[in-house]
Amino acid sequence: MTSIILLAGFGIINLFVGFLKSNRILLPLALLFLAVVFGVNMLSWNDTQSYFNNMLTIDNYAVAFTGIMVLSTLLILPFSQRYVEANDQNLAEYYAMLLFSLVGAVMMVSFENVIMLFVGIEILSISMYVLAGSDKKSIRSNEAALKYFLMGSFFTGILLFGIVLVYGATGTFNISEISAAQTDADGLQNTMFTMGLLIMIIGISFKISAAPFHFWTPDVYEGTPTLFTSFMSTVVKIAGVAAFYKLMVAGFAASYAVWFPTLIAITVLTLVVGNIGAVVQHNVKRMLAYSSISHAGYLLMSLIAFNERSDASIFFYSLAYATATIAAFGVLQLVTVQRGEESFQGFNGLGKTNPLLAFAMTISMLSLAGIPLTAGFFAKFFVFASILENADLMWLVVLAVILASVGIYYYFKVVIAMYLQPAGDYGRVKVTGFVSFVLIFITVLTILFGIAPALMSDIL
Amino acid sequence: MLILDYKLTSNTFSPLQMNQIPEVIRTIPLDYYLYFSTALFVIGIVGVLTRRNAIIIFMCVELMLNAVNLLLAAFSAYRSDPSGQVFVFFIMAVAAAEVCVGLAIIVMIYRNIRSTDVQLLNYLKW
Repeated sequence: MTSIILLAGFGIINLFVGFLKSNRILLPLALLFLAVVFGVNMLSWNDTQSYFNNMLTIDNYAVAFTGIMVLSTLLILPFSQRYVEANDQNLAEYYAMLLFSLVGAVMMVSFENVIMLFVGIEILSISMYVLAGSDKKSIRSNEAALKYFLMGSFFTGILLFGIVLVYGATGTFNISEISAAQTDADGLQNTMFTMGLLIMIIGISFKISAAPFHFWTPDVYEGTPTLFTSFMSTVVKIAGVAAFYKLMVAGFAASYAVWFPTLIAITVLTLVVGNIGAVVQHNVKRMLAYSSISHAGYLLMSLIAFNERSDASIFFYSLAYATATIAAFGVLQLVTVQRGEESFQGFNGLGKTNPLLAFAMTISMLSLAGIPLTAGFFAKFFVFASILENADLMWLVVLAVILASVGIYYYFKVVIAMYLQPAGDYGRVKVTGFVSFVLIFITVLTILFGIAPALMSDIL
Repeated sequence: MLILDYKLTSNTFSPLQMNQIPEVIRTIPLDYYLYFSTALFVIGIVGVLTRRNAIIIFMCVELMLNAVNLLLAAFSAYRSDPSGQVFVFFIMAVAAAEVCVGLAIIVMIYRNIRSTDVQLLNYLKW
Protein backbone atom coordinates (compact mmCIF):
# COMPACT_ATOMS: atom_id res chain seq x y z
CA MET A 1 0.00 0.00 0.00
CA THR A 2 2.79 2.43 0.90
CA SER A 3 4.44 1.52 -2.38
CA ILE A 4 1.33 2.61 -4.30
CA ILE A 5 1.21 5.95 -2.49
CA LEU A 6 4.95 6.49 -2.86
CA LEU A 7 4.94 5.65 -6.57
CA ALA A 8 2.06 8.05 -7.27
CA GLY A 9 3.70 10.82 -5.22
CA PHE A 10 7.12 10.29 -6.75
CA GLY A 11 5.59 10.35 -10.22
CA ILE A 12 4.12 13.78 -9.55
CA ILE A 13 7.40 15.03 -8.05
CA ASN A 14 9.18 13.78 -11.16
CA LEU A 15 6.78 15.76 -13.35
CA PHE A 16 7.57 18.96 -11.47
CA VAL A 17 11.32 18.35 -11.57
CA GLY A 18 10.84 18.38 -15.34
CA PHE A 19 10.43 22.17 -15.13
CA LEU A 20 14.14 22.51 -14.33
CA LYS A 21 16.35 23.55 -17.24
CA SER A 22 18.72 20.60 -16.96
CA ASN A 23 17.71 17.01 -17.59
CA ARG A 24 20.68 15.65 -15.68
CA ILE A 25 18.97 15.26 -12.33
CA LEU A 26 15.95 13.33 -13.64
CA LEU A 27 17.53 9.92 -14.13
CA PRO A 28 19.33 9.74 -10.75
CA LEU A 29 16.17 11.02 -9.07
CA ALA A 30 13.93 8.42 -10.73
CA LEU A 31 16.39 5.66 -9.84
CA LEU A 32 16.48 6.88 -6.25
CA PHE A 33 12.68 6.92 -6.07
CA LEU A 34 12.45 3.38 -7.38
CA ALA A 35 15.11 2.18 -4.94
CA VAL A 36 13.14 3.75 -2.08
CA VAL A 37 9.92 2.07 -3.28
CA PHE A 38 11.76 -1.25 -3.58
CA GLY A 39 13.00 -0.97 0.00
CA VAL A 40 9.68 0.17 1.44
CA ASN A 41 7.89 -2.61 -0.39
CA MET A 42 10.16 -5.19 1.22
CA LEU A 43 9.15 -3.94 4.68
CA SER A 44 5.69 -5.48 4.12
CA TRP A 45 7.18 -8.96 3.81
CA ASN A 46 5.39 -11.41 6.13
CA ASP A 47 3.03 -8.65 7.18
CA THR A 48 -0.29 -9.32 5.41
CA GLN A 49 -2.68 -6.39 5.53
CA SER A 50 -5.93 -5.44 3.85
CA TYR A 51 -6.82 -1.94 2.79
CA PHE A 52 -9.90 -0.01 1.62
CA ASN A 53 -12.57 -2.31 2.96
CA ASN A 54 -10.76 -5.41 1.78
CA MET A 55 -10.28 -4.19 -1.77
CA LEU A 56 -6.50 -4.54 -1.74
CA THR A 57 -4.48 -7.13 0.14
CA ILE A 58 -0.72 -6.81 0.44
CA ASP A 59 0.52 -10.32 1.14
CA ASN A 60 3.79 -12.05 0.34
CA TYR A 61 2.59 -12.82 -3.17
CA ALA A 62 1.93 -9.14 -3.87
CA VAL A 63 5.19 -8.05 -2.25
CA ALA A 64 7.23 -10.55 -4.26
CA PHE A 65 5.75 -9.55 -7.62
CA THR A 66 5.89 -5.84 -6.78
CA GLY A 67 9.56 -6.43 -6.01
CA ILE A 68 10.21 -7.98 -9.43
CA MET A 69 8.36 -5.21 -11.23
CA VAL A 70 10.05 -2.36 -9.37
CA LEU A 71 13.42 -4.03 -9.85
CA SER A 72 12.73 -4.45 -13.58
CA THR A 73 11.89 -0.77 -13.93
CA LEU A 74 15.00 0.09 -11.95
CA LEU A 75 17.09 -1.92 -14.41
CA ILE A 76 15.28 -0.57 -17.49
CA LEU A 77 15.67 3.12 -16.64
CA PRO A 78 19.49 3.34 -17.07
CA PHE A 79 18.99 2.53 -20.77
CA SER A 80 17.14 5.85 -21.09
CA GLN A 81 20.50 7.63 -20.91
CA ARG A 82 20.36 8.46 -24.60
CA TYR A 83 17.26 10.57 -23.96
CA VAL A 84 19.23 12.44 -21.28
CA GLU A 85 22.14 13.03 -23.65
CA ALA A 86 19.83 14.16 -26.46
CA ASN A 87 18.26 16.56 -23.93
CA ASP A 88 14.80 15.19 -24.69
CA GLN A 89 12.12 17.70 -23.67
CA ASN A 90 9.67 15.04 -22.49
CA LEU A 91 11.97 12.93 -20.34
CA ALA A 92 10.25 13.90 -17.08
CA GLU A 93 6.91 12.79 -18.52
CA TYR A 94 8.33 9.45 -19.59
CA TYR A 95 9.64 8.72 -16.11
CA ALA A 96 6.40 9.92 -14.51
CA MET A 97 4.38 7.71 -16.86
CA LEU A 98 6.51 4.70 -16.01
CA LEU A 99 6.04 5.36 -12.29
CA PHE A 100 2.28 5.83 -12.74
CA SER A 101 1.94 2.64 -14.73
CA LEU A 102 3.79 0.83 -11.95
CA VAL A 103 0.98 1.95 -9.64
CA GLY A 104 -1.43 0.06 -11.86
CA ALA A 105 0.86 -2.96 -11.93
CA VAL A 106 1.06 -3.04 -8.13
CA MET A 107 -2.73 -2.80 -7.91
CA MET A 108 -3.03 -5.72 -10.33
CA VAL A 109 -0.93 -8.04 -8.17
CA SER A 110 -2.52 -7.05 -4.87
CA PHE A 111 -6.20 -6.82 -5.80
CA GLU A 112 -8.86 -8.49 -3.71
CA ASN A 113 -11.78 -7.02 -5.58
CA VAL A 114 -12.39 -7.21 -9.32
CA ILE A 115 -12.93 -3.43 -9.42
CA MET A 116 -9.32 -2.98 -8.34
CA LEU A 117 -8.16 -5.45 -10.97
CA PHE A 118 -9.95 -3.44 -13.65
CA VAL A 119 -8.67 -0.07 -12.39
CA GLY A 120 -5.13 -1.46 -12.13
CA ILE A 121 -5.20 -2.84 -15.68
CA GLU A 122 -6.45 0.49 -16.97
CA ILE A 123 -3.89 2.61 -15.09
CA LEU A 124 -1.20 0.37 -16.50
CA SER A 125 -2.60 0.32 -20.05
CA ILE A 126 -3.41 4.01 -20.43
CA SER A 127 0.14 4.95 -19.49
CA MET A 128 1.42 2.41 -21.97
CA TYR A 129 -0.77 3.78 -24.78
CA VAL A 130 0.92 7.13 -24.28
CA LEU A 131 4.42 5.69 -24.09
CA ALA A 132 3.85 3.52 -27.19
CA GLY A 133 3.25 6.71 -29.17
CA SER A 134 5.92 8.77 -27.43
CA ASP A 135 7.96 9.12 -30.63
CA LYS A 136 5.45 11.55 -32.09
CA LYS A 137 7.19 12.18 -35.42
CA SER A 138 7.67 8.50 -36.23
CA ILE A 139 4.79 7.03 -38.17
CA ARG A 140 5.63 3.55 -36.89
CA SER A 141 5.37 4.69 -33.30
CA ASN A 142 2.05 6.35 -34.17
CA GLU A 143 0.76 3.16 -35.70
CA ALA A 144 1.86 1.14 -32.68
CA ALA A 145 0.06 3.54 -30.34
CA LEU A 146 -3.15 3.43 -32.37
CA LYS A 147 -3.15 -0.35 -32.66
CA TYR A 148 -2.37 -0.82 -28.99
CA PHE A 149 -4.96 1.72 -27.96
CA LEU A 150 -7.83 0.49 -30.14
CA MET A 151 -7.22 -3.18 -29.41
CA GLY A 152 -6.54 -2.52 -25.73
CA SER A 153 -9.73 -0.59 -25.14
CA PHE A 154 -11.71 -3.13 -27.18
CA PHE A 155 -10.49 -5.97 -24.97
CA THR A 156 -11.05 -3.85 -21.87
CA GLY A 157 -14.68 -3.73 -22.91
CA ILE A 158 -14.71 -7.51 -23.28
CA LEU A 159 -13.09 -8.00 -19.88
CA LEU A 160 -15.70 -5.70 -18.34
CA PHE A 161 -18.55 -7.64 -19.91
CA GLY A 162 -17.15 -10.80 -18.33
CA ILE A 163 -16.83 -9.11 -14.95
CA VAL A 164 -20.44 -7.89 -15.16
CA LEU A 165 -21.81 -11.32 -16.06
CA VAL A 166 -19.95 -12.84 -13.11
CA TYR A 167 -21.32 -10.06 -10.92
CA GLY A 168 -24.82 -10.78 -12.17
CA ALA A 169 -24.44 -14.45 -11.30
CA THR A 170 -22.76 -14.06 -7.89
CA GLY A 171 -23.78 -10.58 -6.73
CA THR A 172 -20.33 -9.52 -5.60
CA PHE A 173 -17.02 -8.18 -6.88
CA ASN A 174 -14.95 -9.57 -4.04
CA ILE A 175 -12.97 -12.54 -5.32
CA SER A 176 -13.23 -14.62 -2.16
CA GLU A 177 -17.00 -14.06 -2.10
CA ILE A 178 -17.14 -15.02 -5.79
CA SER A 179 -15.26 -18.15 -4.84
CA ALA A 180 -17.71 -18.88 -2.03
CA ALA A 181 -20.71 -18.35 -4.32
CA GLN A 182 -19.57 -21.16 -6.63
CA THR A 183 -19.72 -23.80 -3.95
CA ASP A 184 -23.50 -23.43 -3.92
CA ALA A 185 -25.35 -26.32 -5.47
CA ASP A 186 -26.08 -24.79 -8.86
CA GLY A 187 -22.94 -22.68 -9.03
CA LEU A 188 -21.41 -24.44 -11.99
CA GLN A 189 -24.63 -24.89 -13.92
CA ASN A 190 -25.17 -21.18 -14.19
CA THR A 191 -24.68 -20.28 -17.86
CA MET A 192 -24.22 -16.59 -17.13
CA PHE A 193 -21.44 -17.33 -14.68
CA THR A 194 -19.63 -19.66 -17.10
CA MET A 195 -19.92 -17.16 -19.94
CA GLY A 196 -18.63 -14.39 -17.71
CA LEU A 197 -15.66 -16.45 -16.59
CA LEU A 198 -14.67 -17.39 -20.13
CA ILE A 199 -15.06 -13.81 -21.37
CA MET A 200 -12.87 -12.58 -18.50
CA ILE A 201 -10.23 -15.13 -19.51
CA ILE A 202 -10.30 -13.70 -23.05
CA GLY A 203 -9.85 -10.17 -21.70
CA ILE A 204 -6.85 -11.05 -19.53
CA SER A 205 -5.29 -13.30 -22.19
CA PHE A 206 -5.12 -10.25 -24.41
CA LYS A 207 -3.18 -8.31 -21.78
CA ILE A 208 -0.55 -11.03 -21.43
CA SER A 209 -0.56 -11.50 -25.25
CA ALA A 210 -1.55 -15.15 -25.24
CA ALA A 211 -2.60 -16.61 -28.60
CA PRO A 212 -5.13 -16.28 -30.26
CA PHE A 213 -5.23 -12.79 -28.77
CA HIS A 214 -1.58 -12.05 -29.51
CA PHE A 215 -1.91 -10.42 -32.96
CA TRP A 216 -1.17 -6.92 -31.66
CA THR A 217 2.07 -7.89 -29.91
CA PRO A 218 4.62 -7.97 -32.78
CA ASP A 219 3.35 -4.75 -34.35
CA VAL A 220 3.13 -2.81 -31.12
CA TYR A 221 6.47 -4.05 -29.83
CA GLU A 222 8.16 -3.18 -33.10
CA GLY A 223 6.75 0.33 -33.39
CA THR A 224 7.16 1.37 -29.77
CA PRO A 225 10.51 2.98 -28.79
CA THR A 226 12.69 0.13 -27.50
CA LEU A 227 12.98 1.52 -23.98
CA PHE A 228 9.23 1.19 -23.50
CA THR A 229 9.05 -2.11 -25.34
CA SER A 230 11.26 -3.60 -22.67
CA PHE A 231 8.91 -2.23 -20.02
CA MET A 232 5.89 -3.65 -21.87
CA SER A 233 7.38 -7.08 -22.30
CA THR A 234 8.51 -7.39 -18.68
CA VAL A 235 6.41 -5.39 -16.23
CA VAL A 236 3.12 -5.45 -18.13
CA LYS A 237 3.35 -9.15 -18.85
CA ILE A 238 4.45 -10.13 -15.33
CA ALA A 239 1.67 -8.07 -13.78
CA GLY A 240 -0.84 -9.66 -16.14
CA VAL A 241 0.23 -13.22 -15.39
CA ALA A 242 0.42 -12.61 -11.64
CA ALA A 243 -3.07 -11.08 -11.68
CA PHE A 244 -4.39 -13.92 -13.82
CA TYR A 245 -3.03 -16.53 -11.40
CA LYS A 246 -4.35 -14.70 -8.37
CA LEU A 247 -7.79 -14.36 -9.98
CA MET A 248 -7.92 -18.05 -10.80
CA VAL A 249 -6.68 -19.26 -7.40
CA ALA A 250 -8.64 -16.92 -5.18
CA GLY A 251 -11.74 -16.50 -7.32
CA PHE A 252 -12.34 -19.41 -9.63
CA ALA A 253 -10.64 -22.45 -8.11
CA ALA A 254 -14.03 -24.14 -7.75
CA SER A 255 -14.72 -23.77 -11.49
CA TYR A 256 -11.47 -25.48 -12.44
CA ALA A 257 -13.38 -27.87 -14.71
CA VAL A 258 -14.74 -24.96 -16.74
CA TRP A 259 -11.59 -22.98 -17.44
CA PHE A 260 -9.04 -25.78 -17.50
CA PRO A 261 -9.76 -26.98 -21.10
CA THR A 262 -9.91 -23.36 -22.32
CA LEU A 263 -6.55 -22.52 -20.81
CA ILE A 264 -4.98 -25.73 -22.13
CA ALA A 265 -6.04 -24.70 -25.64
CA ILE A 266 -4.77 -21.14 -25.14
CA THR A 267 -1.46 -22.39 -23.76
CA VAL A 268 -0.80 -24.83 -26.60
CA LEU A 269 -1.69 -22.21 -29.20
CA THR A 270 0.50 -19.61 -27.47
CA LEU A 271 3.51 -21.94 -27.34
CA VAL A 272 3.14 -22.93 -30.99
CA VAL A 273 2.42 -19.47 -32.38
CA GLY A 274 5.15 -17.79 -30.32
CA ASN A 275 7.91 -20.22 -31.16
CA ILE A 276 7.03 -20.87 -34.81
CA GLY A 277 6.33 -17.18 -35.43
CA ALA A 278 9.73 -16.18 -34.07
CA VAL A 279 11.55 -18.53 -36.44
CA VAL A 280 10.54 -16.65 -39.60
CA GLN A 281 11.35 -13.14 -38.37
CA HIS A 282 14.14 -11.01 -39.84
CA ASN A 283 13.77 -8.18 -37.37
CA VAL A 284 15.30 -8.80 -33.93
CA LYS A 285 12.68 -6.71 -32.18
CA ARG A 286 9.86 -8.69 -33.78
CA MET A 287 11.69 -11.90 -32.91
CA LEU A 288 11.81 -10.78 -29.27
CA ALA A 289 8.10 -9.92 -29.47
CA TYR A 290 7.25 -13.45 -30.61
CA SER A 291 9.62 -14.79 -27.98
CA SER A 292 7.66 -12.86 -25.36
CA ILE A 293 4.49 -14.54 -26.65
CA SER A 294 6.10 -17.95 -26.25
CA HIS A 295 7.22 -17.08 -22.72
CA ALA A 296 3.64 -16.13 -21.91
CA GLY A 297 2.88 -19.72 -22.93
CA TYR A 298 5.41 -21.15 -20.45
CA LEU A 299 4.04 -18.87 -17.73
CA LEU A 300 0.52 -20.08 -18.50
CA MET A 301 1.77 -23.65 -18.20
CA SER A 302 2.58 -23.15 -14.54
CA LEU A 303 -0.82 -21.49 -14.15
CA ILE A 304 -2.67 -24.52 -15.46
CA ALA A 305 -0.56 -26.84 -13.30
CA PHE A 306 -2.52 -25.14 -10.50
CA ASN A 307 -0.87 -26.71 -7.47
CA GLU A 308 1.12 -25.47 -4.50
CA ARG A 309 4.26 -25.09 -6.62
CA SER A 310 2.60 -22.83 -9.19
CA ASP A 311 3.11 -19.47 -7.53
CA ALA A 312 6.78 -20.14 -6.81
CA SER A 313 7.39 -21.30 -10.38
CA ILE A 314 5.58 -18.29 -11.86
CA PHE A 315 7.65 -16.05 -9.58
CA PHE A 316 10.97 -17.60 -10.56
CA TYR A 317 10.06 -17.68 -14.24
CA SER A 318 9.08 -14.01 -14.14
CA LEU A 319 12.37 -13.12 -12.49
CA ALA A 320 14.48 -15.07 -14.99
CA TYR A 321 12.43 -13.79 -17.93
CA ALA A 322 12.63 -10.17 -16.73
CA THR A 323 16.41 -10.11 -16.25
CA ALA A 324 17.11 -11.77 -19.61
CA THR A 325 14.61 -9.64 -21.53
CA ILE A 326 15.84 -6.36 -20.06
CA ALA A 327 19.41 -7.17 -21.07
CA ALA A 328 18.32 -8.22 -24.56
CA PHE A 329 16.25 -5.10 -25.18
CA GLY A 330 18.95 -2.91 -23.63
CA VAL A 331 21.62 -4.20 -26.00
CA LEU A 332 19.14 -4.08 -28.88
CA GLN A 333 18.42 -0.43 -28.15
CA LEU A 334 22.10 0.51 -28.08
CA VAL A 335 22.81 -1.39 -31.28
CA THR A 336 19.78 -0.30 -33.30
CA VAL A 337 20.03 3.37 -32.37
CA GLN A 338 23.71 3.63 -33.28
CA ARG A 339 23.80 1.26 -36.24
CA GLY A 340 20.35 2.14 -37.58
CA GLU A 341 19.53 -1.49 -38.36
CA GLU A 342 16.97 -3.65 -36.54
CA SER A 343 17.56 -6.90 -38.43
CA PHE A 344 19.91 -9.69 -37.42
CA GLN A 345 22.60 -8.16 -39.66
CA GLY A 346 22.72 -5.19 -37.31
CA PHE A 347 24.42 -7.42 -34.76
CA ASN A 348 27.18 -8.49 -37.16
CA GLY A 349 30.60 -8.54 -35.59
CA LEU A 350 29.45 -7.20 -32.23
CA GLY A 351 31.63 -9.80 -30.53
CA LYS A 352 34.69 -8.08 -32.03
CA THR A 353 33.68 -4.47 -31.61
CA ASN A 354 31.90 -4.65 -28.23
CA PRO A 355 32.79 -7.84 -26.34
CA LEU A 356 30.81 -6.75 -23.28
CA LEU A 357 27.56 -6.08 -25.14
CA ALA A 358 27.95 -9.31 -27.08
CA PHE A 359 28.54 -11.28 -23.89
CA ALA A 360 25.53 -9.76 -22.11
CA MET A 361 23.35 -10.44 -25.16
CA THR A 362 24.63 -14.02 -25.40
CA ILE A 363 23.89 -14.76 -21.75
CA SER A 364 20.40 -13.30 -22.06
CA MET A 365 19.73 -15.31 -25.24
CA LEU A 366 20.96 -18.49 -23.52
CA SER A 367 18.71 -17.72 -20.56
CA LEU A 368 15.68 -17.10 -22.78
CA ALA A 369 16.40 -20.34 -24.62
CA GLY A 370 16.70 -22.21 -21.31
CA ILE A 371 20.32 -23.42 -21.51
CA PRO A 372 21.72 -24.76 -18.20
CA LEU A 373 23.76 -22.50 -15.91
CA THR A 374 21.47 -19.59 -16.69
CA ALA A 375 18.32 -18.60 -14.81
CA GLY A 376 16.13 -19.54 -17.77
CA PHE A 377 17.00 -23.21 -17.43
CA PHE A 378 15.80 -23.50 -13.85
CA ALA A 379 12.77 -21.34 -14.64
CA LYS A 380 11.67 -23.84 -17.28
CA PHE A 381 12.66 -26.71 -15.00
CA PHE A 382 10.42 -25.49 -12.17
CA VAL A 383 7.51 -24.91 -14.55
CA PHE A 384 7.80 -28.42 -15.98
CA ALA A 385 8.24 -29.93 -12.51
CA SER A 386 5.09 -28.23 -11.25
CA ILE A 387 3.04 -29.34 -14.25
CA LEU A 388 4.31 -32.93 -14.05
CA GLU A 389 2.55 -33.38 -10.72
CA ASN A 390 -0.47 -33.93 -12.93
CA ALA A 391 0.58 -37.04 -14.91
CA ASP A 392 -2.11 -36.49 -17.57
CA LEU A 393 -0.29 -33.40 -18.78
CA MET A 394 2.87 -35.24 -19.80
CA TRP A 395 2.11 -34.52 -23.46
CA LEU A 396 2.09 -30.80 -22.79
CA VAL A 397 5.58 -30.95 -21.29
CA VAL A 398 6.83 -32.93 -24.29
CA LEU A 399 5.34 -30.35 -26.64
CA ALA A 400 6.84 -27.49 -24.62
CA VAL A 401 10.30 -29.09 -24.64
CA ILE A 402 10.16 -29.59 -28.41
CA LEU A 403 9.12 -25.97 -28.89
CA ALA A 404 11.82 -24.79 -26.47
CA SER A 405 14.37 -26.48 -28.70
CA VAL A 406 12.87 -24.61 -31.66
CA GLY A 407 13.56 -21.51 -29.57
CA ILE A 408 17.28 -22.29 -29.47
CA TYR A 409 17.35 -21.86 -33.26
CA TYR A 410 16.11 -18.28 -33.34
CA TYR A 411 17.92 -17.12 -30.23
CA PHE A 412 21.20 -18.43 -31.63
CA LYS A 413 20.72 -16.50 -34.89
CA VAL A 414 21.65 -13.40 -32.85
CA VAL A 415 24.64 -15.12 -31.23
CA ILE A 416 25.88 -16.37 -34.62
CA ALA A 417 25.59 -12.90 -36.14
CA MET A 418 27.56 -11.42 -33.25
CA TYR A 419 30.45 -13.87 -33.19
CA LEU A 420 30.69 -15.46 -36.64
CA GLN A 421 29.85 -12.62 -39.02
CA PRO A 422 32.38 -9.88 -39.90
CA ALA A 423 31.55 -6.41 -38.64
CA GLY A 424 31.88 -4.88 -42.10
CA ASP A 425 31.29 -1.14 -42.00
CA TYR A 426 29.92 -1.17 -38.49
CA GLY A 427 32.14 0.47 -35.91
CA ARG A 428 32.19 0.22 -32.18
CA VAL A 429 28.90 0.92 -30.39
CA LYS A 430 29.39 3.66 -27.81
CA VAL A 431 28.39 2.58 -24.30
CA THR A 432 28.65 4.69 -21.17
CA GLY A 433 30.20 3.26 -18.01
CA PHE A 434 26.89 3.34 -16.17
CA VAL A 435 25.05 1.31 -18.80
CA SER A 436 27.95 -1.18 -18.93
CA PHE A 437 27.73 -1.56 -15.16
CA VAL A 438 23.97 -2.23 -15.33
CA LEU A 439 24.47 -4.79 -18.10
CA ILE A 440 27.14 -6.56 -16.06
CA PHE A 441 24.83 -6.52 -13.04
CA ILE A 442 21.95 -8.07 -15.01
CA THR A 443 24.24 -10.70 -16.49
CA VAL A 444 25.60 -11.59 -13.06
CA LEU A 445 22.04 -11.91 -11.77
CA THR A 446 21.13 -14.23 -14.64
CA ILE A 447 24.12 -16.48 -14.02
CA LEU A 448 23.69 -16.32 -10.24
CA PHE A 449 20.08 -17.54 -10.42
CA GLY A 450 21.24 -20.20 -12.85
CA ILE A 451 23.84 -21.53 -10.43
CA ALA A 452 21.97 -21.04 -7.18
CA PRO A 453 18.25 -20.97 -7.98
CA ALA A 454 17.40 -21.82 -4.36
CA LEU A 455 18.11 -18.17 -3.50
CA MET A 456 14.77 -17.19 -4.99
CA SER A 457 12.80 -20.33 -5.80
CA ASP A 458 11.57 -21.07 -2.28
CA ILE A 459 10.59 -17.68 -1.00
CA LEU A 460 6.91 -17.92 -1.92
CA MET B 1 -32.97 15.43 -7.10
CA LEU B 2 -36.35 14.83 -8.62
CA ILE B 3 -37.11 13.09 -11.85
CA LEU B 4 -40.43 12.73 -13.59
CA ASP B 5 -42.42 9.55 -13.51
CA TYR B 6 -44.57 8.52 -16.44
CA LYS B 7 -47.08 6.48 -14.45
CA LEU B 8 -50.28 6.16 -16.35
CA THR B 9 -52.47 6.31 -13.23
CA SER B 10 -52.38 10.08 -12.94
CA ASN B 11 -52.72 12.74 -15.59
CA THR B 12 -49.92 14.86 -14.17
CA PHE B 13 -46.30 13.77 -13.79
CA SER B 14 -45.65 12.89 -10.16
CA PRO B 15 -42.19 13.58 -8.74
CA LEU B 16 -40.15 10.46 -7.99
CA GLN B 17 -37.48 10.26 -5.31
CA MET B 18 -33.99 9.05 -6.14
CA ASN B 19 -34.34 6.02 -3.87
CA GLN B 20 -37.35 4.80 -5.84
CA ILE B 21 -35.37 4.45 -9.07
CA PRO B 22 -34.42 0.80 -8.41
CA GLU B 23 -38.12 -0.01 -8.21
CA VAL B 24 -38.73 1.64 -11.56
CA ILE B 25 -35.82 -0.30 -13.03
CA ARG B 26 -37.35 -3.47 -11.65
CA THR B 27 -40.62 -2.92 -13.52
CA ILE B 28 -38.86 -4.39 -16.57
CA PRO B 29 -37.76 -8.04 -16.25
CA LEU B 30 -34.02 -8.59 -15.80
CA ASP B 31 -33.84 -10.78 -18.89
CA TYR B 32 -34.74 -7.85 -21.11
CA TYR B 33 -31.86 -5.80 -19.74
CA LEU B 34 -29.54 -8.70 -20.39
CA TYR B 35 -30.71 -9.15 -23.99
CA PHE B 36 -30.65 -5.44 -24.69
CA SER B 37 -27.17 -4.94 -23.23
CA THR B 38 -25.82 -7.96 -25.05
CA ALA B 39 -27.29 -6.63 -28.30
CA LEU B 40 -25.66 -3.23 -27.74
CA PHE B 41 -22.40 -4.93 -26.87
CA VAL B 42 -22.45 -7.06 -30.02
CA ILE B 43 -23.27 -4.00 -32.14
CA GLY B 44 -20.17 -2.40 -30.63
CA ILE B 45 -18.02 -5.44 -31.40
CA VAL B 46 -19.27 -5.61 -35.00
CA GLY B 47 -18.58 -1.92 -35.40
CA VAL B 48 -15.01 -2.26 -34.12
CA LEU B 49 -14.36 -5.16 -36.47
CA THR B 50 -15.87 -3.67 -39.62
CA ARG B 51 -15.38 0.11 -39.58
CA ARG B 52 -12.24 1.76 -40.93
CA ASN B 53 -12.36 5.20 -39.37
CA ALA B 54 -10.45 5.30 -36.07
CA ILE B 55 -12.96 7.68 -34.49
CA ILE B 56 -15.93 5.45 -35.36
CA ILE B 57 -14.08 2.40 -34.03
CA PHE B 58 -13.54 4.38 -30.87
CA MET B 59 -17.24 5.27 -30.65
CA CYS B 60 -18.06 1.57 -30.96
CA VAL B 61 -15.74 0.80 -28.04
CA GLU B 62 -17.58 3.42 -26.01
CA LEU B 63 -20.86 1.74 -26.99
CA MET B 64 -19.51 -1.53 -25.59
CA LEU B 65 -18.57 0.16 -22.32
CA ASN B 66 -22.00 1.76 -22.06
CA ALA B 67 -23.73 -1.57 -22.65
CA VAL B 68 -21.71 -2.85 -19.70
CA ASN B 69 -22.72 0.16 -17.60
CA LEU B 70 -26.39 -0.38 -18.33
CA LEU B 71 -26.20 -4.03 -17.40
CA LEU B 72 -24.34 -3.17 -14.19
CA ALA B 73 -27.03 -0.69 -13.19
CA ALA B 74 -29.76 -3.27 -13.87
CA PHE B 75 -28.02 -6.03 -11.88
CA SER B 76 -27.32 -3.58 -9.09
CA ALA B 77 -30.97 -2.56 -8.85
CA TYR B 78 -32.21 -6.13 -8.94
CA ARG B 79 -29.81 -7.27 -6.26
CA SER B 80 -30.24 -4.11 -4.13
CA ASP B 81 -26.46 -3.97 -4.01
CA PRO B 82 -24.84 -0.53 -4.46
CA SER B 83 -21.40 -1.84 -5.43
CA GLY B 84 -22.52 -2.39 -9.03
CA GLN B 85 -23.47 1.27 -9.36
CA VAL B 86 -20.16 2.30 -7.81
CA PHE B 87 -18.40 0.28 -10.47
CA VAL B 88 -20.31 2.23 -13.11
CA PHE B 89 -18.61 5.39 -11.88
CA PHE B 90 -15.22 3.71 -12.06
CA ILE B 91 -15.92 2.66 -15.64
CA MET B 92 -17.07 6.14 -16.59
CA ALA B 93 -13.97 7.74 -15.07
CA VAL B 94 -11.66 5.29 -16.77
CA ALA B 95 -13.51 5.71 -20.08
CA ALA B 96 -13.02 9.46 -19.80
CA ALA B 97 -9.28 8.98 -19.28
CA GLU B 98 -9.22 6.65 -22.25
CA VAL B 99 -11.00 9.24 -24.41
CA CYS B 100 -8.33 11.83 -23.54
CA VAL B 101 -5.48 9.55 -24.53
CA GLY B 102 -7.28 8.05 -27.51
CA LEU B 103 -8.29 11.33 -29.12
CA ALA B 104 -4.77 12.65 -28.57
CA ILE B 105 -3.36 9.62 -30.37
CA ILE B 106 -5.84 10.04 -33.23
CA VAL B 107 -4.98 13.76 -33.56
CA MET B 108 -1.28 12.88 -33.58
CA ILE B 109 -1.87 10.42 -36.41
CA TYR B 110 -4.01 12.87 -38.33
CA ARG B 111 -1.16 15.39 -38.22
CA ASN B 112 1.20 12.87 -39.72
CA ILE B 113 -0.87 11.18 -42.41
CA ARG B 114 -3.83 13.60 -42.82
CA SER B 115 -6.34 10.80 -42.33
CA THR B 116 -7.91 8.69 -39.61
CA ASP B 117 -8.38 5.62 -41.79
CA VAL B 118 -6.87 2.70 -39.91
CA GLN B 119 -6.13 0.77 -43.11
CA LEU B 120 -3.66 3.41 -44.26
CA LEU B 121 -1.51 2.46 -41.28
CA ASN B 122 0.19 -0.71 -42.44
CA TYR B 123 3.86 0.08 -41.98
CA LEU B 124 4.28 -2.56 -39.31
CA LYS B 125 4.09 -6.00 -40.80
CA TRP B 126 6.45 -8.75 -41.72
